[in-house]
Amino acid sequence: MSAASGENEVEDVHVYRFTEETAPDQVLNEAGERVGELPENAADLALQWYPFMVFCRKFDERAQLLQRQGRLGTYAPFRGQEAAQIGSFAALRPDDWIFPSYRELAGMMYHGLEPWHALLKSRGHPNAGHMPEGLNMAPAQIAIAAQVLHAVGAGWACKLQGTDRVSVAYFGDGATSEGDFHEGMNFASVMQLPVVFFCQNNQYAISVPVKRQTASPTIAQKAIAYGMEGLRVDGNDVFAVYQAMRYAVDRARRGDGPTLIEAVTYRLGPHTTADDPTRYRDAADVEAWAHRRDPLVRLRAWLTRQGLWDDARQAACEAEAEARVRRAVEEMESCPNKPLEEAVLHVYAETPESLASQLGARRKGAT
Amino acid sequence: MPKMTMIEAIRDALAIALREDPRVVVFGEDVGRNGGVFRATDGLQAEFGEARVADTPLAEKAIVGTAVGLAMAGMKPVAEIQFLGFAYEAMDQIAAQLARIRFRTQGRFTAPAVIRAPYGGGVRTPELHSDSLEALFAHTPGLVVATPSRPYDAKGLLLAAIHAQDPVIFLEPIRLYRAFREEVPSDAYDVPLGRAAVRREGSDVTLIAWGPTVTVAESAADQVSARGIDCEVLDLRTLAPLDRSAIQASVEKTGRAVIVHEAVRCAGLGAEIAATIMELAFYHLRAPIERVTGLDTPYPPPALEDAWLPSVTRVVEAIERVMED
Repeated sequence: MSAASGENEVEDVHVYRFTEETAPDQVLNEAGERVGELPENAADLALQWYPFMVFCRKFDERAQLLQRQGRLGTYAPFRGQEAAQIGSFAALRPDDWIFPSYRELAGMMYHGLEPWHALLKSRGHPNAGHMPEGLNMAPAQIAIAAQVLHAVGAGWACKLQGTDRVSVAYFGDGATSEGDFHEGMNFASVMQLPVVFFCQNNQYAISVPVKRQTASPTIAQKAIAYGMEGLRVDGNDVFAVYQAMRYAVDRARRGDGPTLIEAVTYRLGPHTTADDPTRYRDAADVEAWAHRRDPLVRLRAWLTRQGLWDDARQAACEAEAEARVRRAVEEMESCPNKPLEEAVLHVYAETPESLASQLGARRKGAT
Repeated sequence: MPKMTMIEAIRDALAIALREDPRVVVFGEDVGRNGGVFRATDGLQAEFGEARVADTPLAEKAIVGTAVGLAMAGMKPVAEIQFLGFAYEAMDQIAAQLARIRFRTQGRFTAPAVIRAPYGGGVRTPELHSDSLEALFAHTPGLVVATPSRPYDAKGLLLAAIHAQDPVIFLEPIRLYRAFREEVPSDAYDVPLGRAAVRREGSDVTLIAWGPTVTVAESAADQVSARGIDCEVLDLRTLAPLDRSAIQASVEKTGRAVIVHEAVRCAGLGAEIAATIMELAFYHLRAPIERVTGLDTPYPPPALEDAWLPSVTRVVEAIERVMED
């Protein structure tokens, strides 16, 4: 009888398994009612955040339209994820290090990237990556999860430099399948670096649902294997995101090491303007997230319940957001294009002779 | 002046860099307590502490990727990939990240990290421990690629790499780590990046080599000199950006060129050098350019490597061919 026949199964082993799918932490439920602990100055924060979320939503919708009109190139919409981004960026300081992916424009604009500048990447403009002086924010990363390791390196620098700065990696659910995610989580935890791994689980990596990325019930629990703390929050609840991020940032500043945050959210738009999500997502799936669980709807409901918001304020807020988007588009479109020399200038600190001679040959109309 | 092997000169350069600049961090697999598998970092952790000479988890992507972040945040990382063949593990971080930070951000951020890696054959290693991958990095705009052929250059080039404002892939020929000693100043000095060195002046043939093949070229030059063939040996030292004017000047003088590299031939750096000679010195050529290289195969097992590698004999034969008629 072979040992593999099932007659004689091994039972006396210690199995490590974590199968719990905990509900994400909430401060506001989907009706906008308080179910958790609000930050102290919740009303002030909400009155600052909500109009910015409205602006971001208009910005995002407009950018997608501009692509359809041929005025922008490929654009990756973020709508549905405004709370996850603004709530987390709001817990950071200007001198913290931030390494975003390409779907973080709402957070990046909240942090200080001018809206016209935020459009330059889709414009294909070479200055898109020249981030504002005074902010330690990298430009949007295109390779999935590559920026996770940069954030770990910058966090290592913060520790070596003896500062209380923290470093944050922003990425999506798909990125957790990449080796860079594993190496970064492991490295940061072994070295006890001041890093926050902020995952927006927006349910899809282009067309592939999160169940196809991981057999773990949650992304947050991946922290456990690295000896790290993991948090799981409702990413469409801006207060819950903010509280989770404050918790992780405070730990990092104190020298208590890295934290993984999973913000459970949903990408309401396509992956990019080059994608048709109706090929892989049911309308009912989108519908479930589009209204009742929309982060803007939830925060507005809370503000209204507090007596801080009404239809008149909403109308004024929307008008102002639209005007701001209009100005951003005008400024982006009036940004002058650059000559080919621009591509040569920033490859090395000093342009090598071989490269300069290639450019010289172009000028003379040779090869 | 002390006499040092190449590995001692490299260790000396690292110690100087750690001493002179508090931003310098040396890290990689086994570089701390063990002092590196070749002893390039021997004793450095004891002298400079675990924070600045750090053992990392076994993760090449993370070694390069964290070097990118460290450098962006103002540190001066000197990272080690234990053997160059394992740089394949880190290629996205090297080619798509490290090399492009300056370009991507239009100079707003830079990543002047140094990635050191032992490479090259002839020392009977397991698979992936002997590969010469310099062409991959030379093909990647934004990277400086340097490789010494002697202890003096190893120290000065490494210090220049650490002082550079661009990322440098620093390739260390394993075979030469302990091959010979030469006088190496104890003080700090830079051997400038981007400049080739004429190791031997000659008028008949230019032998172009780098790293482990320089000594092969020098031996071949010695052999043929008895027969009255006068070879010039050009040690490129920096492979990207190429010192085109040094190549041009030498070939204009000799009219003949033999390029010697361990890497596979197809799309190897020899092809780029041959094309450069065609562009800059074609009318001075008296014979077709010869290449003495590895075969277009993966690096072979130890039992085959002596036959596979460029040998003095094969270089001599190539010299004889370019000297015909």
